[in-house]
Amino acid sequence: MSNIANAFENGKAFVPFITCGDPDLDTTARCVVEMQKAGASLIELGIPFSDPTAEGPVIMEASLRALENGCTTDKVFDMVKRLRTELNVTVPMVFMTYANVVFSYGIERFCQKASEVGIDGIILPDVPYEEKDEFDGICKQYGIDLISLIAPTSDERISMVASSASGFIYIVSSLGVTGVRSNITTDIPSLCAAVKAVTDVPCAIGFGISTPEQASKMAQSADGVIVGSAIVKIVAQYGKDAPEYVGEYVKSMVDAIR
Amino acid sequence: MPDSKGRFGIHGGQYIPETLMNAVIELEEAYNHYKNDPGFNKELTELLNEYAGRPSNLYYAEKMTKDLGGAKIYLKREDLNHTGSHKINNVLGQALLAKKMGKTRLIAETGAGQHGVATATAAALFGMECVVFMGKVDTERQALNVYRMKLLGADVVPVTSGTATLKDAVSECMREWTTRIDDTHYCLGSVMGPHPFPTIVRDFQAVISRESKAQVMEKEGRLPDYVLACCGGGSNAIGSFYHYIEDKSVNLIGCEAAGRGIDTFETAATINTGKLGIFHGMKSYFCQDEYGQIAPVYSISAGLDYPGIGPEHANLHDTGRAQYVAITDDEAVNAFEYLSRMEGIIPAIESAHAVAHAIKLAPTLSKDKIMVVTISGRGDKDCAAIARYRGENINE
Repeated sequence: MSNIANAFENGKAFVPFITCGDPDLDTTARCVVEMQKAGASLIELGIPFSDPTAEGPVIMEASLRALENGCTTDKVFDMVKRLRTELNVTVPMVFMTYANVVFSYGIERFCQKASEVGIDGIILPDVPYEEKDEFDGICKQYGIDLISLIAPTSDERISMVASSASGFIYIVSSLGVTGVRSNITTDIPSLCAAVKAVTDVPCAIGFGISTPEQASKMAQSADGVIVGSAIVKIVAQYGKDAPEYVGEYVKSMVDAIR
Repeated sequence: MPDSKGRFGIHGGQYIPETLMNAVIELEEAYNHYKNDPGFNKELTELLNEYAGRPSNLYYAEKMTKDLGGAKIYLKREDLNHTGSHKINNVLGQALLAKKMGKTRLIAETGAGQHGVATATAAALFGMECVVFMGKVDTERQALNVYRMKLLGADVVPVTSGTATLKDAVSECMREWTTRIDDTHYCLGSVMGPHPFPTIVRDFQAVISRESKAQVMEKEGRLPDYVLACCGGGSNAIGSFYHYIEDKSVNLIGCEAAGRGIDTFETAATINTGKLGIFHGMKSYFCQDEYGQIAPVYSISAGLDYPGIGPEHANLHDTGRAQYVAITDDEAVNAFEYLSRMEGIIPAIESAHAVAHAIKLAPTLSKDKIMVVTISGRGDKDCAAIARYRGENINE
């Protein structure tokens, strides 16, 4: 078991996401430090992939910028190591990337490295329950949680997926890809209740959430709220000066859900 | 215990977001129900025969055979199908299936535009809404097909992300499907993507080899020695191979797009240059860098300009049952011109990759050998691009 459970022990968890290497890994590291300072409970680090099929334009473009700027899986590992050893980041951190990034690195080699540098979990949006065995066995050996996702379309799959989940459960708020939405139409309370009926693993909601009002509403049903695109947009806007603005934003979201 | 479905050896599977899992399960259940349903099959056969013009001819290319001086060459004329390519075989099957499933909207990716045109055609016929995603680069090099799709009533969405070619059109289609599932069927055009697509598309394209086997038996009284087809994702190739897979005397050869050469970065020859990976819903071979980032592939042929290959082909390669060769742009363009002058048949630039290998292989074989080459589509759509390649600008 990883340290992810700690993230959900002190009230509702705020989980910010950032694309590593946009505009560069030094800025990413400084953003992560600010996120922790602002009260983030768990931080999601996106390892960029060339063809992120579950992402909307904001994160997709950030991923491509990061790759163009020379970000690689090895450089992301180095940054995480620096966060843990030099920059005093102690909150749990999970990677969010795509199956091929892990597979091509070698699943075992990836998990070993991730565990060494201090990663607690991995989110792979293109690895559903049916394909998880290939990754999950090795993740477990290295004390890394492979995070399960549940979508508004999961229906009768919920108990199957949730009962084998570890770390936390990522509840996808809406159909479609990541990105800011003005309106989330899924019946979130029912979806969360269905998950909670079969597992004690904490659940966090993501996809489309950007405002403190939305976050506060989501936090009524779930144990945590995940925000990605809204943060990646701030980084795109302010570039190397982003850490300060990211910190302010994370603080406003943390305040809204506690 | 989780059960990974749709495997061909180690390849295949269902590497897709949870949001789409119930959609592919629903599709699999519907397909398993209808594939053996006599009513469904009767309706599909009628459509293929009365609407699409099947069976397609197996034509003895006598002049080409004599010119090359070796194996006897037959051309399987998928270019004569309605809409001008083999794509209609799969699309009529999937559109009929989608209709039975109560879907009212088809979405599709397209590279050269042939699959997009076929999907737009079926949507018009069945009175369904249709949206086709096409890389911006491809909308420019295949402008005629964009116009045809619009004429048929489809919306064409130019995709600007990534390399703005076929792989990006597939990604965008997957994104669109996760956004709108209830009324929408993703009419995937090749033997790729998550299970059950590689199986469904293969079954609908298998009509090519079912016919060619009967036709060659009738004309020659025996099986061919070689079957050649061009291979990007691999739908016409698997259709051309399928009914010969158990006939071990038949050599199966897929012709990949080498672009400017397999020793350059400007290539799309997946088996020849790729490595094992997971992308677009499947495990298979992909052109990628050391960190698993998908490579920006290149071929003169928009239809073969894809960094992956269907999982069943990957397995046919692993087992040695099929062989995959790489054909450069130059060789394909020469073959495009050769078949036009030699037989009066203008092949699609995709199909010209198979013709190019036939030109190399036939003279090395004795005259009692028989070769079947699939002409997957007609080349009218490519004339402007080939003229440009030869330094001539023509107005379409």
